[in-house]
Amino acid sequence: MKRELAGIYTVWLRDIKRYLRDRPRVIGSFAQPVLFLFVLGTGIASSFNVFGGGGGKDFLYFMFPGIVGMPVLFTSFFSAMSIVWDREFGFLREILVAPVSRISIVVGKLLGGSTIAMIQGSIILMFGPLLGVQINFLIFLKVLGIVFLIAMVISNMGIMLASVIKSMQAFQVITNFLLMPMFFLSGALFPLNQTVEWMNIVSKINPLSYGIDAMRFTILNDLSLQLYPLWLDIVVLVFLIIVFSIIGTFLFNRQD
Amino acid sequence: MNDINTDKNYKSGNIIEVKNLVKEFKGLRAVDNISFSVKEDEIFGFLGPNGAGKTTTINMICTLLSKTSGSITLNGHSVDRERNKIRNCIGMVFQDPSLDDRLTALENLHFHGLLYNIPRRTLKKRAEEVLGIVNLTGRENSLVMTYSGGMRRRLEIARGLLHYPRVLFLDEPTLGLDPQTRNKIWDYIIRLRKNRKITIFLTSHYMEETEICDRIAVIDRGKIIALDSPENLKNMIGGDIITLTSEDNARLKEYANRMDGIEVHNIKEDKIRFEVKNSSEFIPKLIKESPVKILSITARKPTLNDVFLELTGREIREESASLKDNMRMRIRRRMRH
Repeated sequence: MKRELAGIYTVWLRDIKRYLRDRPRVIGSFAQPVLFLFVLGTGIASSFNVFGGGGGKDFLYFMFPGIVGMPVLFTSFFSAMSIVWDREFGFLREILVAPVSRISIVVGKLLGGSTIAMIQGSIILMFGPLLGVQINFLIFLKVLGIVFLIAMVISNMGIMLASVIKSMQAFQVITNFLLMPMFFLSGALFPLNQTVEWMNIVSKINPLSYGIDAMRFTILNDLSLQLYPLWLDIVVLVFLIIVFSIIGTFLFNRQD
Repeated sequence: MNDINTDKNYKSGNIIEVKNLVKEFKGLRAVDNISFSVKEDEIFGFLGPNGAGKTTTINMICTLLSKTSGSITLNGHSVDRERNKIRNCIGMVFQDPSLDDRLTALENLHFHGLLYNIPRRTLKKRAEEVLGIVNLTGRENSLVMTYSGGMRRRLEIARGLLHYPRVLFLDEPTLGLDPQTRNKIWDYIIRLRKNRKITIFLTSHYMEETEICDRIAVIDRGKIIALDSPENLKNMIGGDIITLTSEDNARLKEYANRMDGIEVHNIKEDKIRFEVKNSSEFIPKLIKESPVKILSITARKPTLNDVFLELTGREIREESASLKDNMRMRIRRRMRH
């Protein structure tokens, strides 16, 4: 048991050390959300004044929790996917041949990805006051908890896919055809309950919508923007973590 | 968990026993029913071309790859039931680099120590010791990123030794290194073997490098085609190797075939090649008596490359592998992890 904990700790610590040492990655990881928020967000918000409707200010306010979720989605997914090339060419082989179970490796990887996602989510959260969103310590802690749940769901998805798909080219395809649609159809950028019917249906099977919904309610505390009750969001996320981690660990465990 | 490194419950005196091992990848036999054993504290080598099944076999022994059938025991532990015990008593140096280059050398060793449950205080001493063995003392706090290819390989060897394994696996330890660095790596390995009781299992497709082995298994297309000491393997050739070019190779070949005890083995482009018992007596005689003019002639002692040629009819380093070999390599690459 002690040995398995050491294994989890090793995999986790390595991910954290690597992340903190990679300055461009640290900066890049919140540059994109900031771009979305202040350039795309501000642009769209002002277009409301052109096309009518007003409420530009409210849009930025609406979008903010979605943008907090953005680095969480990408970081935790890629962190989990890195298990593939690492396994083929890198350090993971060293861990695979060590007397540590495959489950510990997966758990370490999940926790590593989630920790980094939490760091990044917190950085974006700091921009809240600029948009007039008040963040107190309690909200901060709650958001961290939700980020953790989202990160666990997405990391597990990453491990599941990584265990099945083994070519680098496929990663590109996945980014374009899975991650971006997941983000767009999560309610991060626009309210889902007012869109066309098919979007509404797709968003219901998108795990990220539940995470973003929980995040929005926690940060803004605005019942009018809520899709599902908070408890339902959390139940769905926890359920997905359990199911995905069982499948993911099973797939990763297959030796060849 | 108790200390498995001192476990002596295997009986045969062989630290590794492999019986009827088979690995199939989608119907392709990468390893085709091989059996061999490795004695304690010997240097055992796998020699064969790329895609022969060397890495696949090693990966099965060190629990990274499941086997299709057959049995493997290491230090008395079965690969089917006691994977962690096997993992505990082997050190690995992989063909592809497996260091984390964003960490320092010492951090790489510390992670290794954590994984193998080495107490902190022991770890410090051992890290110093293994870094000394591969001559990296003083560079332990540099990021691995700043290391040269040879230094990385040395660090991997040091890491493989950190938990005092009973068997050290070196899969193509000199692949991609320049000749000078390659020689240095072998110096460390030879020194290691002198100073410490450890079994070394290595693979290489560089013939001359496997000559440091006590015993070599020549492996080709998933089968072991010879297993003996380098000396005995070379004695199979029985004499010196003569390579020559002449104005009329066909006629010379005919002539040579008639001479006592000579069998011309192969003609490569404009060269013919054969073995004679005593080249210093044979050459003057041939030059005097040859019916055609000889343009060049060389004589040398046989190498393991000649052994491979003798056994398979191919050169080990032939660049153009057959279609089947290519396919096997590709599949192996895709499957290997």
